[in-house]
Amino acid sequence: MSIAQPTDAPATSNSAARRSAGIGSRQPVNAKRGKRHYGIHLFLTVLAIMWLIPLVWTIFTALRPKADTDKYGYFSFEGSFNFDNFSQAWTQGGFAQYAWNSALITIPSVILVLFFASMMAFAVSRVSWKFNVTLLIMFTAGNLLPPQVLAAPLFEMFKLLPLPYSVSDSGSLLNTYISVIAVDTAFQIGFVTFVLSNYMKALSPELTEAALVDGAGIWRQYWDIILPLCRPALAAMGTLEVIFIYNDFFWPLLFLQSGDRLPLTTAVNNLQGQFLSNYNLIAAGAMITAIPALVIYLLLQRHFVAGLTLGSSKG
Amino acid sequence: MSTPSKTSPNGGPPRAAAPAGRVRRLSRRDKWVLSLMVGLPTLIQLVLVWIPTLLSAALSFTRWNGLSLEDIKPAGLSNYEFIAQNYPPFWPAVQHNVLWLVFLALIATPLGLLLAILLDQNIRGSKIYQSIFFTPVMLSLALIGVIWQLFYNRDSGLLNFLLGTAGTPQAVDWFGDSGVNIWAALIAATWRHAGYVMILYLAGLKGVDPTLREAAQIDGANAVQTFFRVIFPAMRPVNVIIIVITVIESLRAFDIVYVINRGTNGLELISALVIQNLVGEGQVIGVGSALAVILLVISLVPITFYLSRAFGKDKEA
Repeated sequence: MSIAQPTDAPATSNSAARRSAGIGSRQPVNAKRGKRHYGIHLFLTVLAIMWLIPLVWTIFTALRPKADTDKYGYFSFEGSFNFDNFSQAWTQGGFAQYAWNSALITIPSVILVLFFASMMAFAVSRVSWKFNVTLLIMFTAGNLLPPQVLAAPLFEMFKLLPLPYSVSDSGSLLNTYISVIAVDTAFQIGFVTFVLSNYMKALSPELTEAALVDGAGIWRQYWDIILPLCRPALAAMGTLEVIFIYNDFFWPLLFLQSGDRLPLTTAVNNLQGQFLSNYNLIAAGAMITAIPALVIYLLLQRHFVAGLTLGSSKG
Repeated sequence: MSTPSKTSPNGGPPRAAAPAGRVRRLSRRDKWVLSLMVGLPTLIQLVLVWIPTLLSAALSFTRWNGLSLEDIKPAGLSNYEFIAQNYPPFWPAVQHNVLWLVFLALIATPLGLLLAILLDQNIRGSKIYQSIFFTPVMLSLALIGVIWQLFYNRDSGLLNFLLGTAGTPQAVDWFGDSGVNIWAALIAATWRHAGYVMILYLAGLKGVDPTLREAAQIDGANAVQTFFRVIFPAMRPVNVIIIVITVIESLRAFDIVYVINRGTNGLELISALVIQNLVGEGQVIGVGSALAVILLVISLVPITFYLSRAFGKDKEA
């Protein structure tokens, strides 16, 4: 509600500003930049501050020792600021283990998704055969299903599939990283196949025809010719999928019963119970969970945004 | 399952005239390679996505405690009757899902569009604003639930302090009070959704042919008219994606309410009820599956809408 309120005032002043900037001044728009935009700036600045408040508050709480908040209250700048909560969450709170689990799940899943999806995309976009559109539709639709729709059968299938105890201590696929990796992979293949197949369709058919004349087989066309050309799309999809799979909350929640196997995103669910009402420690745990995503964003922002927009450029 | 599609290139190719030249030259070995390239992903997709979906539908007509396969008993439509008539959280959950959709569609999505329009105008610091609004999109909804919990807490949260009610009896427990917690959760969800919509529309606006805008202005259209009559319709592919994302997100909403209180006490959603029936005591797989099927049937509406837009063009071309 508080977010919607400021919209009215600046919106009108904004359109008025643009109208007065008018037809005549359209051409040299660059020369006039920043001139008539006070209303927009005010609106955006207020909104940006509101946007940052929850994160800043979390960082602020995380940096203050519990003893100081008990003494001075939560809303105070008194006392010291340090990273003790972070190191406590990392070592005693098990966040080192959770971060490792996240890596164990995310890295293989992303590699598998890119591998299978690029093969599938190649087959449906570069070779014409009877069912390629049908299969592509099936893949795309699968990615759009709410995961809860398939939760029960997957859980029971994994529970009833016996595995030797040397492989899995549950005697089944439940409580293994493999179960999460497999389902994450299956769920994401559809989206990546869809995006990559559009990308590959746009590549000239002559590329592979020349290779055919040279006697290159399907695999060489895929691996040596098409894949290298898809590098920008693969980078974008890889970045996007790292974030998607790292941020996946549901599948580990469903399949992993041992708390020490959970990835960061799902472990967040237990913060309240684990740290009781030590909100400083909860805030530190939340920030640790946010950091990998934010680092990837800072480093690979271009690829991430490219991935999102690639996915939406067709429709 | 995937073999029939593999054999078809043998008989099928002549029908696709133009690109068929490529297909005909496939050697025996190439056909094998191709079968594997298609077969493996398809098998994964079938076994882990589509067969479970069908099994969900099948299980919704049974009674099962989830122990051994022999215990599965046919139950006809009784699970659906139970949900509609004797399962108190169901109708509130439907209402909350609808509310989620309406809120995202009327507030979060237009806010994202507004941000995109404002940030598309070459204003100073546009990149910084974009980065700020986009940051929550990087975070999982589960984490967003925790972060906003710290903000909404009754005694230690910033919001009540800013409102001046912290520590007083009037202090509201924003995530705990069943009268307000759905709104509090929706604002937290908006925090993420608006940035997502913004970035997609920014890309969409960049893709609009600038001559359209100029032509409209020469014809004497003002900024608002230009946007709604010319620019917005020209972004149709993006609009389709945004509609689909908004609808699907409101059906998939789960993580944030599960983190807050597992989807109870004012935060019931269909997706959360599915899970409560699967993992809770006395696992009622049949009821959980029936709820999953209801969710599936509703989801098929936006999914079909999207597929018809995305693939309809393919068939003409």
